[in-house]
Amino acid sequence: MGLLLLLPLLIPFVTAALALLTWRRRRIQRALALAGSIGLLVSALVLLLVVWRGGIQVVQVGNWPAPFGITFVADLFSAIMTVLGGIIAVAVVIFSHASVDSRRERFGYYPLLLFLMMGISGSFLTGDIFNLYVWFEVMLMSSFVLVALGNERAQLEGALKYVTINLVSSAIFLTAVGVLYSVSGTLNMAQLSVQLSQSRQPELITVVAMLFLIAFGIKAALFPLFFWLPASYPVAPVAITALFAGLLTKVGVYALIRVFTLLFTQDIGFTHALLLLIGALTMVTGVLGAAAQNEFRRILSTHIISQIGYMVMGLALFTPLALAGAIFFLIHNIIVKANLFLVSGAVYQLQGSFHLKKLGGLYRSHVGLSLLFLISAMSLAGLPPLSGFWAKFLLIRASLEVNQPVIAFVALGVSLLTLFSMTKIWAEVFWKNRPETAPAPKPLSTSVRLQLLLPVAGLSCLIVGIGLLAEPIFILSSQAASQLLSPAEYVTAVLGGTP
Amino acid sequence: MKPAEKDNTIPSLILLTATRYLVPVLLLFSLFLLTRGHNEPGGGFVGGLVAGAAFALYGIAHTVHDARRLLRFPPRVLIGIGLLVAVGSGLFSLFYRRPFMTGIWSVVEVPVIGKVGTPGIFDIGVFITVLGMVLQIVFELMEE
Repeated sequence: MGLLLLLPLLIPFVTAALALLTWRRRRIQRALALAGSIGLLVSALVLLLVVWRGGIQVVQVGNWPAPFGITFVADLFSAIMTVLGGIIAVAVVIFSHASVDSRRERFGYYPLLLFLMMGISGSFLTGDIFNLYVWFEVMLMSSFVLVALGNERAQLEGALKYVTINLVSSAIFLTAVGVLYSVSGTLNMAQLSVQLSQSRQPELITVVAMLFLIAFGIKAALFPLFFWLPASYPVAPVAITALFAGLLTKVGVYALIRVFTLLFTQDIGFTHALLLLIGALTMVTGVLGAAAQNEFRRILSTHIISQIGYMVMGLALFTPLALAGAIFFLIHNIIVKANLFLVSGAVYQLQGSFHLKKLGGLYRSHVGLSLLFLISAMSLAGLPPLSGFWAKFLLIRASLEVNQPVIAFVALGVSLLTLFSMTKIWAEVFWKNRPETAPAPKPLSTSVRLQLLLPVAGLSCLIVGIGLLAEPIFILSSQAASQLLSPAEYVTAVLGGTP
Repeated sequence: MKPAEKDNTIPSLILLTATRYLVPVLLLFSLFLLTRGHNEPGGGFVGGLVAGAAFALYGIAHTVHDARRLLRFPPRVLIGIGLLVAVGSGLFSLFYRRPFMTGIWSVVEVPVIGKVGTPGIFDIGVFITVLGMVLQIVFELMEE
């Protein structure tokens, strides 16, 4: 049983190491990347099933008992996130086969991708706060290179901003971990949860909580720390942007949810009220920023920010329904966001541009792709019966239940503006006639078309599926939420009967 | 210091002679560090750094090309092998139905080294990875 929990880490790790050995063999590298990501997805699915049936799973690495060794824990929330990581990894790898140029492939694109996936899975599954920092670093190291790989001028500029802000964030994170250790004398999250709830210095802990909020807030692109995201995401190759957009900011959200449910619940009146305010501001600024953009990927990138606001809103309301809504929203958003970026990449392959002005007429020439975009876009905006509708419905209902009509109103307004941005892309890229200056869509070979369309179609099916099968997904997320809201279960699973 | 192949200056005789003696010493010292690492200062990481320094020194005294030939494997292959060795040492404990990375020790003691076990194999993996990593960077920079 123990190995299963670690497979989502070991599979990408081993395949990445093998990919290093087969550096110049492009086909083997591609096959390894595909095998690694599928292995990750399958192991994550099995893990989710096991956690669903048998409760929280724990592994003490090296057989050192809990507060001393490094613990890996999979509760439902972790397992769900790992599965999502696997889904996006598979889609991105297939899409990369058709869209990433051979120069990048030669310089270690696939091993880096696999190391990145290992870092992401590690962040989801670790039960140790310092170990979380380590996984963040693993993830960031690979992502730094992936952003900069290719050496284009705009890319280096974006990469510089990305690296700088992330190093600042890591430094704050590390400081926060240090302070937390000096206050509580432990790094194991389960034991921290016990220690902090009995602490006699709640003010100090709130200060540490704010440090964590800043550190994770930068990674998750919260208001007012989001400025780096629109500058750095759109410059990398689309497959990479899709992976980052789908997963990297969400790792920040995951960490926020984890620490603000397990560790910092002493002063909910202050911390979670602040989170609610930040969530609202993140939603509004993000969506307004997106309305001002005129480039496919920039619109989508800026929208990431506003969507993060919804998740933080669910965390901030801190009721079972709201947290379930936040998790549902995460499931929905990771898939939709990645898919929208993949569509933008497919459009780029066809017409060679991301600028709305230079695009057009795709509905006439590529009906299938247009419809796939429409599904994701309408889901993002929250139209029933797609996945986004249910996610937003849950969150808004949760906010009304606790008498927070203002945030409900904000969420609805932001949805409307999202719809505006999505229709703008629809009208410009797909609906309007092709501008005369724009080249005709390039004919693509069948294998390339398949590799571009397969992931997009697969993710679109998932989006529709989540919409139609909202109930099982809701039950899953509310179970995950109830686990999050009762840390005792997590603590007992990690530390055994005697916390 | 410029690598010797860029300009046609004669490589320093002192450096060449010193390298001849220093490289074996450094490599032996790196192995010494590797083997004493479990309970005393040392280990795979520093060992790998020292071994990397030996090859880098050879590269400076002769040429990067020579150093690469001395190493035999491309550095990034070493990184891959090292990672696999390290993870393999962790998987070993699964045969004994213990969690990943549990240290499994030999019953009999090996002369000079003492007890051997999977943490040692892990350290060897780290050693190879660090050696590969250092040389990947150093060779790349020296060829610029």
